[in-house]
Amino acid sequence: MLFDVNVVIKLKGGMLSPEAKAISHALSSLGMKSEYLNTAKFFEIGIDAENADAAKAKAAEMCERLLANPVIHSYTIEVKKA
Amino acid sequence: MRFAVLQFGGSNCDRDALHVASDVCGVDTDLVWYKDGLKKNYDAVILPGGFSYGDYLRAGAIAARAPIMADVVKHADAGGLVLGICNGAQIGAEAKLVPGVFTMNEYPKFICKGVYLKVLNNTSPFTNRFRLGEVIKIPIAHKEGRYIASPEDLSRLEAENKIAFKFCDEKGNVDAASNPNGCTDNITGVLGGCKDNVLLMMPHPERASEEHLISTDGMKVFDSMIHYLESKGE
Repeated sequence: MLFDVNVVIKLKGGMLSPEAKAISHALSSLGMKSEYLNTAKFFEIGIDAENADAAKAKAAEMCERLLANPVIHSYTIEVKKA
Repeated sequence: MRFAVLQFGGSNCDRDALHVASDVCGVDTDLVWYKDGLKKNYDAVILPGGFSYGDYLRAGAIAARAPIMADVVKHADAGGLVLGICNGAQIGAEAKLVPGVFTMNEYPKFICKGVYLKVLNNTSPFTNRFRLGEVIKIPIAHKEGRYIASPEDLSRLEAENKIAFKFCDEKGNVDAASNPNGCTDNITGVLGGCKDNVLLMMPHPERASEEHLISTDGMKVFDSMIHYLESKGE
């Protein structure tokens, strides 16, 4: 069965994000103040699996082995029926 | 004695590293395309600088998962020398040859300039030709060179004397003002492997290995490798 899997990877809390800092600064120079701002990478992945749990497990392996670097990243996985 | 310089799609300092190893140091050196695998026994493998796979995802992340890196890890596990320079250091860290990661500079801009480094280990296969505490000048050229590791890994690196180089000023002061990319504790050269047989460093020693370049300090990294291998009898 094909599942739509959404993976969001972001920096762990407390990690410096130069990108977020630059964007936040640009927003404030436009007069829009943000109390906090984080950025993330978003992946839409089609995964063929027996069930949702198996699709999630496959996505987790993708995160652990390539998509995320556990030294600096955390990730969330959301599985939906295609 | 034989060295290999790996070439990934997007490597662009491969020929510089080859030139120094081969023409300047006189070591038989092969350029090895990543799809060809490590087919010979090499004394040292150099992961050169550049932008492998466009630095997509994270710098070095995709190259680190290329099958040839399994050969490199095996070579390192057997005590073979691995020198990762710049993108090569990012690839090596992504392949877990040392703990930690080289990520986006604190100010997210590409920096290309000569910097000073302090030598903190002069017993490794890559640093035995330096004096302890020596201040050397070698250029950097990176946007993702800020070294980060967990507090546990950092204390282990310190305790086991695995930190080869730190950014410093001309006088050898290691401080925030002499840190170009915001890396933890100014660390920019990390040793790995059971015999300190892996060195991952952001600065480019191959760009400081001839009289007409910024300095000849980088040459001592290559000289150290050769000295280590010769004294091993290889």
